[in-house]
Amino acid sequence: MSKFPIYLDYSATTPVDPRVAQKMIPYLTEMYGNPASRSHSLGWAAEEAVEWSREQVAALVNADPKEIIWTSGATESDNLAIKGAANFYASKGKHIITVKTEHKAVLDTFRELERVGFEATYLDVQENGLLDLEVLKAAIRPDTTLVSVMMVNNEIGVVQDIEAIGEICRAKGIIFHVDAAQATGKVEIDLQKLKVDLMSFSAHKTYGPKGIGALYVRRKPRVRLEAQMHGGGHERGLRSGTLATHQIVGMGEAFRIAKEEMASENERIGKLRDKLLAGLSDMDEVYVNGDLQHRVPHNLNVSFNFVEGESLIMAVKELAVSSGSACTSASLEPSYVLRALGRNDELAHSSIRFTIGRFTTEEEIDYTVDLLHKKIGKLRELSPLWEMHQDGVDLNTVQWAAH
Amino acid sequence: MFAPAYFDANATTPLDARVLDAMLPYLGARFGNASSRHEYGRQARAAIDTARQQVAVAVGAHPTELVFTSGGSEANNLFIKGAAASRKPGVMAIGATEHPCVRLPALHVQQHGWRVVQLMPDADGQVNVDAAVALIVQDRPAVVSVMLANNETGAINDIAPIAAATRQAGGWFHTDAVQALGKMPVDFRGLGVHAMTLSSHKIYGPIGAGALVMDKRVDVPALIAGGGQERGLRAGTENLAAIVGFGVAAELAVAEMSERTARQRAARDVFENGLGAIGAQVFGAAADRLPNTSFFAFEHIDGETLVAKLDRAGFAVASGSACSSADAEPSRTLLAMGVEPGLARGAVRVSMPHDVELNDVDRLLRALKQTVDELKHLAAVAI
Repeated sequence: MSKFPIYLDYSATTPVDPRVAQKMIPYLTEMYGNPASRSHSLGWAAEEAVEWSREQVAALVNADPKEIIWTSGATESDNLAIKGAANFYASKGKHIITVKTEHKAVLDTFRELERVGFEATYLDVQENGLLDLEVLKAAIRPDTTLVSVMMVNNEIGVVQDIEAIGEICRAKGIIFHVDAAQATGKVEIDLQKLKVDLMSFSAHKTYGPKGIGALYVRRKPRVRLEAQMHGGGHERGLRSGTLATHQIVGMGEAFRIAKEEMASENERIGKLRDKLLAGLSDMDEVYVNGDLQHRVPHNLNVSFNFVEGESLIMAVKELAVSSGSACTSASLEPSYVLRALGRNDELAHSSIRFTIGRFTTEEEIDYTVDLLHKKIGKLRELSPLWEMHQDGVDLNTVQWAAH
Repeated sequence: MFAPAYFDANATTPLDARVLDAMLPYLGARFGNASSRHEYGRQARAAIDTARQQVAVAVGAHPTELVFTSGGSEANNLFIKGAAASRKPGVMAIGATEHPCVRLPALHVQQHGWRVVQLMPDADGQVNVDAAVALIVQDRPAVVSVMLANNETGAINDIAPIAAATRQAGGWFHTDAVQALGKMPVDFRGLGVHAMTLSSHKIYGPIGAGALVMDKRVDVPALIAGGGQERGLRAGTENLAAIVGFGVAAELAVAEMSERTARQRAARDVFENGLGAIGAQVFGAAADRLPNTSFFAFEHIDGETLVAKLDRAGFAVASGSACSSADAEPSRTLLAMGVEPGLARGAVRVSMPHDVELNDVDRLLRALKQTVDELKHLAAVAI
């Protein structure tokens, strides 16, 4: 039977695929050279491994390996892309656009740019989590230089229409950055087709190791960036620092596997998600957050009405799931992503993000459905609000008295 | 793969087997995201806390003073750019022999109104303390950065009086201690510095982890914004396995320092005696130096050529710092020491790992002698 707690938090981080770990280990033992060492064979062997990995990452997204820059992760990639491009093109304008449901790595970077004189627009999304392209078009100004929209949302898994947004941006000569940390290995990405200028990747969301990511920087038409880390001039001067060969090899192997197995894996995971959804849907007052059509098969984000958020998390200790994104889950604030969909605080608080992955089994899904039925039932038995709801009282009309 | 005898430990070090053992569970079943509020996340958080404690103890700092980064380059960038952003632009003083990841961020902030001055070394490669203190008293730099030990010559800077003068003048003092850790005692508080950079892969830990140790009274903005990790000073999912490895490596580096450095010093002495006999000039020979580093040249012999021939003979050595070993410019460190550019182009660096074998040192000396004789012969024929 399954290992407890059951891991259904693949969007927070994934285990390293054992095949990836196997590939990494030689670079932690006998092949320990610094890829920047040009004077001996240990350095060359490391450099060769780094370039092989660059090809794998490029291949997954149909890019040229020369367009891939290694970073320490998607957060650094987002910072480098957004600050790097905004600063480089600052003489053309200082207006930048993003969306309210982006990851903190994008939102905090935008805030930082606002503090140094940029003007930022944070676009609303529709109730289904998707960006209305007309809203984007209306926000674009003559001095807009950069638009940043994530491909797959980390909390609700919805997939934005990157192709259409790319067309809009390219027509206006605006740099378009896409955070694809949650997209690799889950949706097809073709950078020959998509008019994306900059794209962030992470290894540890795609069964690679933590501490490594990449940034795609388009060469045709050429996109320029101001480096954020200066030093030894690694990565064509865009990102200095000794390259972590073993981690890079891990990312290369993880992305190679992703390319090879994405189609069959999505099908299997989609079936598990559908089973989970079907299992939860036969309870009352359960709401799926985010569009179900334009969505990766891995994600199911559900709000359980008439259940208090913290007790819900306490009640499902057998599951490793998250309420809101991992990065913000230390705070008791309701998820800003769910709030942006127009969910009220109660529904946002009582949400669970289930993210299914490579090692999830059908038994684990069955167990989860069963557990939630029991626990939600029990929590609602204790809830006076649920009782009132059962009695047909519309809680929105109740006048609450303070004691 | 054919394994050369490794004499390039200042570029990167092989991973200690005990460090690898400590890391492997985190590349396996303990894979959680330290920000997650479930068992996997708590396990990851606890492992990072342990590593933070280990690294802090290794340098005499408090765990809460540590910010984990992706490595030394990032930590140096974080401090130099962060300090420049948080203080009123004025004078920034850096050692003339600093690594590019201190020097280039410093040059970068000139565009924000900073004036960068260099603290020059003596002929032996150590920053001249009297001159540095005099400059600090006069120019009152708001930010000063002087490395504890140089990556090329191994020269150890006497930073305590420079740090004290900086503090006195109201400035923040930072030291890049990446090469020093594990090869000499490093005491964050004893040195009186405000900030210090450390790296894992120079102390037999994995590449991909480093730290900025920083006095709580020093306030710098993050270089990488995002999820609020590392007290808001460094966003991004923590590199769990590498951080765990860094912690264990730091603990071992301090626990085993005396035996490691005794072995390195003995090997280096043998090596430099041999070098003298075949006519090499050792840079900074008279200076207080790291016990594992020899930076030397032979008159009229090109360093790149020598290094390439040694590689073919099975020895991994360097012709300068690894990051810049692709360019043919002579070492800035040597030029700052007043070494004539012609001789500087001949520079070769041998940096011994802690488990260096005397037998390999003898073999290296023989190979060096043979190669130098051949090259001299060729040069003579050419004339």
